[in-house]
Amino acid sequence: MDVSQQPLVRLEGVEKSFQRGSEQIHVLANLSLQVGRGEFLALMGPSGSGKSTLLNLVGGLDRPTAGAVEIDGERIDQLSERQLAAWRARHVGLVFQFYNLLPMLNAERNVELPLLLTHLSRGERREHVRVALEVVGLSHRTRHYPRTLSGGEQQRVGIARAIVNDPTLLLCDEPTGDLDRKTGDEILTLLQALNRDQGKTIIMVTHDPHASARATRTLYLEKGQFSTEKPE
Amino acid sequence: MISWLNQILSVTLFSLRTIPERKGSAFSAAIGIAGVVAVLVGVLSIAEGFRAAMSVPPNQHVAIVLRSGADSEMTSGLSREETRLIGLAPGIHEGPNGPMASSELFVMINLPKKSTGTDANVPMRGVEKEAAAVRGDLRVIQGRMFESGRSEIIVGAGAARAFSGLDVGQTLRVGANEWKVVGIFSGGGGAAESEIWTDAAVLQPAYNREDSFQSVYARLETEGAFQKFKDALSTNPQLKVRTLLQSDFLAEQSSILTGFIETIGMSIAGLMALGALFGALNTMYTVVASRSREIATLRALGFGASPVVISVLFESLLIALLGGSIGAAAAYGAFDGFQAATINWQSFSQIAFAFAVTPKLLVMAIVWAAVIGIIGGLFPALRAARLPVAIALRET
Repeated sequence: MDVSQQPLVRLEGVEKSFQRGSEQIHVLANLSLQVGRGEFLALMGPSGSGKSTLLNLVGGLDRPTAGAVEIDGERIDQLSERQLAAWRARHVGLVFQFYNLLPMLNAERNVELPLLLTHLSRGERREHVRVALEVVGLSHRTRHYPRTLSGGEQQRVGIARAIVNDPTLLLCDEPTGDLDRKTGDEILTLLQALNRDQGKTIIMVTHDPHASARATRTLYLEKGQFSTEKPE
Repeated sequence: MISWLNQILSVTLFSLRTIPERKGSAFSAAIGIAGVVAVLVGVLSIAEGFRAAMSVPPNQHVAIVLRSGADSEMTSGLSREETRLIGLAPGIHEGPNGPMASSELFVMINLPKKSTGTDANVPMRGVEKEAAAVRGDLRVIQGRMFESGRSEIIVGAGAARAFSGLDVGQTLRVGANEWKVVGIFSGGGGAAESEIWTDAAVLQPAYNREDSFQSVYARLETEGAFQKFKDALSTNPQLKVRTLLQSDFLAEQSSILTGFIETIGMSIAGLMALGALFGALNTMYTVVASRSREIATLRALGFGASPVVISVLFESLLIALLGGSIGAAAAYGAFDGFQAATINWQSFSQIAFAFAVTPKLLVMAIVWAAVIGIIGGLFPALRAARLPVAIALRET
């Protein structure tokens, strides 16, 4: 089978549980999932359903208790911490609900962060940063610090940081959760454009049906299991 | 490797740029460490000063001869015949007036301390005319040298500073005589500056010592000549003596007091260091807690755990070094050169000395501060490295 035909993300029998005191909390139970290249998948579900946990497993920020997590043919659940960190730097772009920008760095320097882990020269890094900020429409705010940017602008910087090293996969955890409807729409339009025009595979966790409507596919999670129907 | 170093540099710089946001806690940790260092340096500067007062310049090859079994000049005794034989031994530097050796006796007199007005023991030394030449660096800095056969004294600069009645021109009554202060001297090696000197031939009858002495000071031809000199004395059946280099003798004489001060200093500073360590730990735990989302973000983007550990350690070290420098500077300003006099328990005489904040002490202060900084930063750094990224990322 042609590699491009293979799913980019493949989860097989994934389980995740936490120990809280003497109690074992099962967050994900025997979950399997495939996400094709170029898909824009929305993950929905009530709080505590395991959406973010699933996203963390796909992004290599957490490990499953059991099962396999394979991204682009590589079993990331078998990588060491160090290998996983390096893998994240190469393959994943992360977009957070609260932007997670470093307050002491301006927009340009925040976007440059993932590139510090590469062997690019300073000049090459600058060029990548310029392009990324242009893509998100923030070329005029490059020297601004997070505290001087609006929520929408901060999220654009967050998206620019996520795409600056051209990752395989873009993972967004409630990217519009902290924004008003209009600004949220602008961010979703940007994500849609990245998916449509640049072929980025996106997995987005959201509570908002308005946001999930922009995705090419929506999955619902409830009590750690996929359900075919949108829960009531 | 380059990427790893780049990571360390970047994460450390990010971390340092956030220090102004928490200058209060950083400053209080630094001040805690400054206190430790100031106390450590302050106490140890007493020992350093005392040791310096009880030392001789490095190129002064002077030997001291005591009666066998004596551990200080106070407990020694030598007859004129014995001192004559000692003066004839090989290895002594030959001066224009013959072998450079001085037979000396040593008595304690009581004088009031300028600082408290209470009486204290001051050593008064009877010397022969070669005494100054034997020591090499003795200089009369005020007045003149005493004249042989007269009840005249010269006073060490340290003793003149510490005790009353020792200004040039003053007279003091000790023993059977009245003594006129005719000069102040400096140098002389060792504790000489804390002493009063006069002609041995005048001091002997004043204290009914007949024709006996307590020690012979001899200037050696070279440092290597000491063994020859010592062997000659120990193999002479007419002599039962103990021969030492003056530097070794002085180190021996000051060992109890310097050892005591160092033990006290280290103990106090050690206890304070424990307190400062908890201060540094607290500060750095707060730093890690307040920056956990930033740290988690960096880790999520692919930055390794070790750059995070190193950045926290570096920040802690920097705060500690700042504290250490403040403490060392404060100790230097407050203590260096501070004049004092204390009793030397091995001779029961007062030694005048100045606190000495030496480069060695300053280096030690910085090392202590660095150790506090590294230990204080280590556990918080490890906590930062083990931060569960997925959980910390969601913290607002």
